[in-house]
Amino acid sequence: MASHLPPRPTAQHSQADAGGMAADEHHHGPRGLKRWLLTTNHKEIGSLYLIFSLSMFFIGGIFAMVVRAELFQPGLQLVQPEFFNQMTTMHGLIMVFGAVMPAFVGLANWMVPLQIGAPDMALPRLNNFSFWLLPVAFALLLSTLVMPGGAPDFGWTFYAPLSTTYAPPSTTFFIFSLHLAGISSILGAINIIATILNLRTPGMRMMDMSLFVWTWLITAFLLIAVMPVLAGVITMMLLDINFGTSFFNAAGGGDPVLFQHLFWFFGHPEVYIMILPAFGIVSVIIPTFARKRLFGYASMVYATASIAILSFLVWAHHMFVVGLPLVAELFFMYSTMLIAVPTGVKVFNWITTLFRGSLTFEPPMLFALAFVVLFTIGGFSGLMLAISPADFQYHDTYFVVAHFHYVLVPGAVFAIMAGVYYWLPKWTGHYPHTRLSQWHFWLSVIGVNLTFFPMHFAGLAGMPRRIPDYALQFADFNMITSIGAFMFGISQLLFVAVVVLCVRGGEKAPAKAWDGAEDLEWTVPSPAPLHTFETPPRFEPDRH
Amino acid sequence: MTGQHSGDTRKGIRRTVARTLVALAGMFVFAFALVPLYDVFCQVTGLNGKTSNQAQALVHEAADQDRVVTMQIITRGSSGLPWSLEAHTRQVRVHPGQSAEVDFTFENLGDEVSVARAVPSVSPSEASLHLRKLACFCFQNQRLAPGERFEAPLVFQLTRDLPDDIKTVTLVYTLYRQDAGPSRENGTQALGGDA
Repeated sequence: MASHLPPRPTAQHSQADAGGMAADEHHHGPRGLKRWLLTTNHKEIGSLYLIFSLSMFFIGGIFAMVVRAELFQPGLQLVQPEFFNQMTTMHGLIMVFGAVMPAFVGLANWMVPLQIGAPDMALPRLNNFSFWLLPVAFALLLSTLVMPGGAPDFGWTFYAPLSTTYAPPSTTFFIFSLHLAGISSILGAINIIATILNLRTPGMRMMDMSLFVWTWLITAFLLIAVMPVLAGVITMMLLDINFGTSFFNAAGGGDPVLFQHLFWFFGHPEVYIMILPAFGIVSVIIPTFARKRLFGYASMVYATASIAILSFLVWAHHMFVVGLPLVAELFFMYSTMLIAVPTGVKVFNWITTLFRGSLTFEPPMLFALAFVVLFTIGGFSGLMLAISPADFQYHDTYFVVAHFHYVLVPGAVFAIMAGVYYWLPKWTGHYPHTRLSQWHFWLSVIGVNLTFFPMHFAGLAGMPRRIPDYALQFADFNMITSIGAFMFGISQLLFVAVVVLCVRGGEKAPAKAWDGAEDLEWTVPSPAPLHTFETPPRFEPDRH
Repeated sequence: MTGQHSGDTRKGIRRTVARTLVALAGMFVFAFALVPLYDVFCQVTGLNGKTSNQAQALVHEAADQDRVVTMQIITRGSSGLPWSLEAHTRQVRVHPGQSAEVDFTFENLGDEVSVARAVPSVSPSEASLHLRKLACFCFQNQRLAPGERFEAPLVFQLTRDLPDDIKTVTLVYTLYRQDAGPSRENGTQALGGDA
């Protein structure tokens, strides 16, 4: 690609200094609320995404607290089963589509142009549109809670016919909101691909890009490939519910199992959409604080690509118990296990990067290290679930809940937090408060493990998921889990405190805020001015 | 901001966007194409346990006296349809190749005329390719007046090429309402009863 790069563009705004010194006074746009509504600046849109994602994280978190409060003791205490089902469903939907995905898009908006030396995203106005779809989508989704019949209550996987024939009337609103969120993701992905492929600074080849950029490029391709399938599935649901078709309705010759195939054809790549950018963030942070180059850069890129390709061949491991023929059980079992190979390459590379490095343990590094350990635990329970005969026992138990929360909370969410701590000095010009960040980290780590580790045991002992009550022998595990969940939930307020304090003041950060940080974003001042790299920076390509 | 990009970059961006849009449209169409593909795939392999929608001819072959396969018959109603469906025999033991008959009784327990169909499903699904139905009530809708009873036979044959490892075949009939019945409304009322 490098040889096809355009000649260096001449800066049309002559005031813009090299190295992105252009200052705020060049911003002549509207002020106040309209500034945010109409902004096309990648940094402002990135911040909007991150703030939106944080608020969704708390809303989804409150739903999780309701679930854990109900499960604190056996029996029904606080909520009716119908409402409990709405809470589990909304928690999953909000966290997946409202918290984790927009957080990664926000980080990409902020950091991809800075890491490739581009002045902005390739399509800034589209960028604005794809952000503002999200508040609309989630306001619509949350409004279903007050509709007659209640919010969606069929689980975040919305299996038909539970989500069609037997669904509450608000399901049509849920479908529309998911359509909007999906369009937002697709537009974001188009923008990221167009930016990465076309706006790299002269001299930066594909294999010179930071791993965060690489993993996001691959994630964006996954989004392009599977979000239309999700859109197709929910469109079929819409037709089944409102227009009398029978895609998933056995009465009319349809097949509910088809829904599961289509959903998981989207759903499995979707789970990698939520973890690949996390791999990228961690692959950027660990070399910085180990003060070594990333071990096996090329193998990291190929491993990410292999995981992405394999993700299309494993979907039926979510459906081992629907009555697949033996040969399909075996195929999906082995192809799933194959994913452990590139994932193992990644974990190996992280550990080898740490090996004999000059480690320091600043807050981003703490979260990155916790990610490596705890994500790997989630990976191992995933391997256990991949074993088809064993899965017949684990299916739909708390073991599954433990597994995907380990890869999503101390996996994706910790990586997002690591990224936020890592880039806060660049965004705000201040270091995050060290003591407070450490408290946040340790309370989160203890809280997360207290919450999700006992779920493994409850699940192996047979506790089914998505049920508001449970047998007495699970009482102790559930009480520990609930205490851990409250602890984790409350300690996230510390995170908000750290971010707010960091925006308002704190120790001043230099342009290169972290000792071992090497990517291009550390060549612009901290805080990064509104406009950066209006003249493409010089890039010396021998870092990797 | 696009104003800043040179002509080549702008062309590059336009090309990238055009390609991703084509890929998007392709994947959206592919999602819908998967529906007929799935049906054809299942018809060829029998993977979703569906049986033929039409009466099939008897395959004339000598019954395999050395093998006995248990044929289990299960019937299920569905919400919003006040019908009962009973098989007179719950279980028959047949030799592959032999044809057998099981009788069923439909009864409308409600107080209005309704139309429904019994939809079959076979487990294990591999057996569905080897289950031939010579006569079945499941090929058409049934219309029953209030309190009306109706008896109908199922004549079937398990062909001799049924895989050896299959010792039991389960045939499930689920009743589904076919007229514009209140089944969905009932379902949502049941779920949203607190509203």
